[in-house]
Amino acid sequence: MRFLEVLGAWVIARLAEFGTIVLLYRDTMQELFTRPRIRHILAQMSHLGVDSLLIVSLTLLFTGAVFALQTADILIRFGAQSTVGGIISIAIGRELGPVLVGVVCAGRVGAAITAEISTMKVTEQIDALRVMAVNPVNYLIVPRMLACMMVVPLLTVFGDVIGVLGGYLVAVYYSGISSFSYINSIHTFAVVFDLTGGMIKAIFFGNVIAVLGCYYGLHCPAGAEGVGKATTRTVVTSIIVIFILNAALTFILY
Amino acid sequence: MIRLANVNKVYDGKYALRDINLTINKGETLAVIGGSGSGKSTLLQLLVGLIRPDSGEIYIGGQEITHLSEKEMDKVRLHMGMVFQYSALFDSMTVGENVAFGLREHRNLPEEEIQRIIKEKLALVGLPGVETKLPGELSGGMKKRVGLARAIAFEPDIIFYDEPSSGLDPITTAKIDELIVDMQKKLGVTSVVVTHDMASACRIADRIAMVYEGNLIAVDTVSRFQQIEDERVQAFFNTLHTEKAERDEQQA
Repeated sequence: MRFLEVLGAWVIARLAEFGTIVLLYRDTMQELFTRPRIRHILAQMSHLGVDSLLIVSLTLLFTGAVFALQTADILIRFGAQSTVGGIISIAIGRELGPVLVGVVCAGRVGAAITAEISTMKVTEQIDALRVMAVNPVNYLIVPRMLACMMVVPLLTVFGDVIGVLGGYLVAVYYSGISSFSYINSIHTFAVVFDLTGGMIKAIFFGNVIAVLGCYYGLHCPAGAEGVGKATTRTVVTSIIVIFILNAALTFILY
Repeated sequence: MIRLANVNKVYDGKYALRDINLTINKGETLAVIGGSGSGKSTLLQLLVGLIRPDSGEIYIGGQEITHLSEKEMDKVRLHMGMVFQYSALFDSMTVGENVAFGLREHRNLPEEEIQRIIKEKLALVGLPGVETKLPGELSGGMKKRVGLARAIAFEPDIIFYDEPSSGLDPITTAKIDELIVDMQKKLGVTSVVVTHDMASACRIADRIAMVYEGNLIAVDTVSRFQQIEDERVQAFFNTLHTEKAERDEQQA
C-alpha cells in the first residue's frame, strides 16, 4: 500500500506540474502580441541563437561525418554509392538536424533561460517587476518564447547544411564517392519537405525549450542550490519531451 | 489610507497571519516589527498583492484589493513603491535604467525628462552621478538607496520597505533611516516599514505594530509602545537596551 501511495503522490505531483506548465504556456500565448518588445526579442535571439552557432556547427558536422562513415562503406559494397548523399540529407533534414539542434539548445539555451530567470526569482527581481506593475510573462517569457520559436528553426537549417557538408567531406575524401554522385543523390532523393518538416519540428522544440526553461526558472527552489536543480530539471525534461514529441511529429508529418 | 480587516493567511496548515486588523493612516509611517518567521514579511507581500489572503479584506485608498485580477491590481500598484530587503535591482541594467524602469514602462515621457527625473531622484537619496554604474559595483547601502530612488521615481502615495536596515552597518542604517524620514517629510507619503530592528523602528516611525507568531499583538505610538507591559514587546525593547549598553561600553 505504501508503494501505491508514493506512486500516486508522484503521479499527482507530475500532473499538477504539467497543468501549471500548460497554464503558463496559455498565458504566454495570450501575451504574445499584446506589447511586442522588439529590442528584447532581438537581444534574446542574439544571446540564445547566435551564441549557439558554434556548438550546433560542431555537433552536426561530426554527426554528418560519422553517419557517412558508417553508411558509405556498406552502400558501396552493395553498389549503391549513388544513394549516400540522399540518405544523409534526408536523415539529417527530417530527424538528426532538428533533434540534435533541439537537444543542444535544451542544454545551452534552456539552461541559460532557467539560470537567468531563477536568479532573478531568488533575488526578488521578479517580485520587483510585479510591484512595478510589469507582467513578468510579458516582460521575461514572451521575448524568450518568440526568440526560441525563430532561432531554433534557423539553427536547424544551418545545422542541416553543416551536417550534409560533414557527410560530403567523409563520403568524398575518405570513402571515395564522387562529388557529383553525392550532390546528385541529394537532388534525386531529397525533397523540400525534408527540410521544412524538420523546421516545423524545430518550432515545436523551440516552444518546449522556452516554456520549460521559463517554468523551472519561475518555480525554482530557494537558494543557489535551487538554481542548479532548476537548471538540471530544464535540460533533462526538455530532452525527454523533445524525443517524445519528435516521435509523435514524425508519425504526423511523414 | 490602508486597512486590513480580519486577514488570515495559512501556509501548509499553519497560520502565517491570524485575524489581522490594522489601519494605517494617510501620510503616517508605520513600523511593523517582529522576529524572524513572525509573519511581518507575509503582511507586506499581502499589502502589495504579491500573495492573496485566505480570508479577510485589504483596502488600499478605499479600494478592496483581495479580489482584483492581476491587471486591476497593477493599476493599484502604480500608486505604490517598494524597497526590497536585498534591493532587487535589475543587475543587467545600469543604476539609471533601474531608476527609470517604471517610467519607461508606464509613462510616455521624453528621454530628457526621464534623465532629469533620474538625476533628481538619485540626488534625493544622496547618490548623484552614479547613473552609469551597474548594481554589482555598488555597496549594500548604496543599493538600498538606489532601490529607494527607483521606488520614488514614480512619485507613489505609499512606500513599502522590507527590512531596510538588514545587512547594513549601524552608520549606514542610520543614514537609511534618515532617508525614510526625509521621504515622509518631503513627499508626504504613507510608509510601511517591516523591520526587526527596534532602534530603527523608534527613529523612523509614528506608530509601531508588533507581529508575534502570526498575531498582531500591539499597535501604538512609539512613546506609548514602550510602556506596553506585554513580555513579548518588552523582550524586543530589552534587546534594544542591551545593544545600546554594549555600544556605550565599547565607546567608553
